[in-house]
Amino acid sequence: MPSNVTGRRLRPAALVAAALLTAAMAGCGSSGDSSATNPTPSGTTAPAADAPADVVGINDPWVKAADKGMTAAFATLVNESDADVTLTGVSTEVSPMELHEMTMKDGEMVMQAKEGGIVIKAKSSHMLEPGGDHLMMLDLQQPVRAGDELTFTLAFADGRTQSFTAVAKPFTGAEESYDPEHSMPDMSMSPSAAS
Amino acid sequence: MTGSGPRAVSRRGLLAGGALAAGGALGATVAVTAVGSSDDPATRPAELAPVAEIGLAVEPFHGTRQAGVATEPQAHAAFVALVLRPETDREALGRMLRLLSDDAARLTQGRPALADTEPELGLLPARLTVTFGFGPGFYQAANVDERRPPSVAALPAFRIDRLSPHWSGGDLLLQICADDPLTVAHAQRVLVKDSRPFATVAWVQQGFRRAAGAEPGRTQRNLFGQLDGTANPKPGAPLETAVWVPDGPAWLRDSTTLVVRRISMNLESWDLLGRTDRELSVGRRLDTGAPLTGTDEHDEPDFDALGSGGLTVIPDFSHLTRSHVTEDRLRILRRPYNYDGVPSADGTADSGLIFASYQADITQQFLPIQRRLAERDLLNEWTTPIGSAVFAIPPGCPEGSWVGQQLLG
Repeated sequence: MPSNVTGRRLRPAALVAAALLTAAMAGCGSSGDSSATNPTPSGTTAPAADAPADVVGINDPWVKAADKGMTAAFATLVNESDADVTLTGVSTEVSPMELHEMTMKDGEMVMQAKEGGIVIKAKSSHMLEPGGDHLMMLDLQQPVRAGDELTFTLAFADGRTQSFTAVAKPFTGAEESYDPEHSMPDMSMSPSAAS
Repeated sequence: MTGSGPRAVSRRGLLAGGALAAGGALGATVAVTAVGSSDDPATRPAELAPVAEIGLAVEPFHGTRQAGVATEPQAHAAFVALVLRPETDREALGRMLRLLSDDAARLTQGRPALADTEPELGLLPARLTVTFGFGPGFYQAANVDERRPPSVAALPAFRIDRLSPHWSGGDLLLQICADDPLTVAHAQRVLVKDSRPFATVAWVQQGFRRAAGAEPGRTQRNLFGQLDGTANPKPGAPLETAVWVPDGPAWLRDSTTLVVRRISMNLESWDLLGRTDRELSVGRRLDTGAPLTGTDEHDEPDFDALGSGGLTVIPDFSHLTRSHVTEDRLRILRRPYNYDGVPSADGTADSGLIFASYQADITQQFLPIQRRLAERDLLNEWTTPIGSAVFAIPPGCPEGSWVGQQLLG
């Protein structure tokens, strides 16, 4: 009989890990070793054969597909070491890039370069996500099509680098636009919606 | 929710709070389980069993064969047929299937899809399977028509057909099955969203069986009240022979084929029949599913047995007689789901069957049975095929690969 006839069940531990992963995805910054539960078929860290040990764990990396202009890449960066790690830059072949954050200015949500880089605290994780910190692609030299795999290289304050591959996803979540040609949607959330 | 802080923070706080609330509720359940169990099922609190038994149950995704065929049928299904956009070529199909396979690999294992906008809906797989099917147009779009299994082609027209284009054809099928309807709905949403750059939705057929655990191990009942699927090949060698292609190149070996027919069942005219006539039309008893010459569902029918009037006990126009096959290599694996639409104002039902038939070869197995039924099956009086589609079900994929890579890679 083929092996796919018999079902099995998630262990509660796996559910805990999955729940933690979800919490992390929503930006609470909880740390968690998701490497054990996270064998991603596409888009995981892609160390070169002679690469030194990874600086951080890179979970669930993806890029928002776009034909031209700007877009962004996202992932969860996991720092399992005992020291803070500072991400200072990122690069890819298809576009100049910057580390960006989203912030409020004059009552409007704007993105801007992240001064001083992105700090991933010791024994914790940092979400790069739509609406939050992200790896900004400033000027696409070619379309990033759904399903494309792109390679990125992270640069850290101590001079180390780390590459990873991310898959491009069609994504319209939260109506966030990374193209300043388009006006940002009203990001306000009424208290009633929040309570 | 704070009103004074930066709104970016507030907004993220809101998101995190929502997720924590959801995760917290989940976490509480899990915590109780973990405390009581230490991975020992014997000490797990009994009241948590339903969650563990149904919501957390997992079917494998990666493997030599796709799940969702020989898999014990789940309670809910959505058959989603897509039509490829004109510009979707072989290279684009590779990108599409890489994305969709990744979605399926994650969701079936109880993990949110990548960039999942509703990640909480991805945590209870409930035996979710996502099975990919390639219609004739898929092979044309990929320019690999020479690799299309010859029997994967539009079926010949049958005189009983009243096919609607609304329920027919399609280049790519996503068969989504799970024991939880919310899981099916979320998987469908994720997969359709990731399909949009490449394809449009041709049709979706949603169906159901008995709830998970309601009647384990029993043949399913359709909305005529009949047991449906008694003659399926038994697990093991008979099913192997009937369903799976045993050899050939990598894109063919361990594949199968699927015929999806939407069969409208006229409950109004069926209501006019007495129980005896209903049983004669099928050749089986309604309660046990036994042939009219037997007492048990799986008794062999005796087509020669004569009744008091000198006629055969099992009429030669019965569904059982017309569909009967004795050789495993000629059998089909039926994995149907019921559908039940909205009645019209006068109460006329919109009910029927999503007939899903798997076989190694449509021409050798499905078509002979279908021809005999179309020619002379009393059930045709109350049933009408209104949709028809055929797909190859390609082999499964190992981890790190995607469904269809053997064909397109």
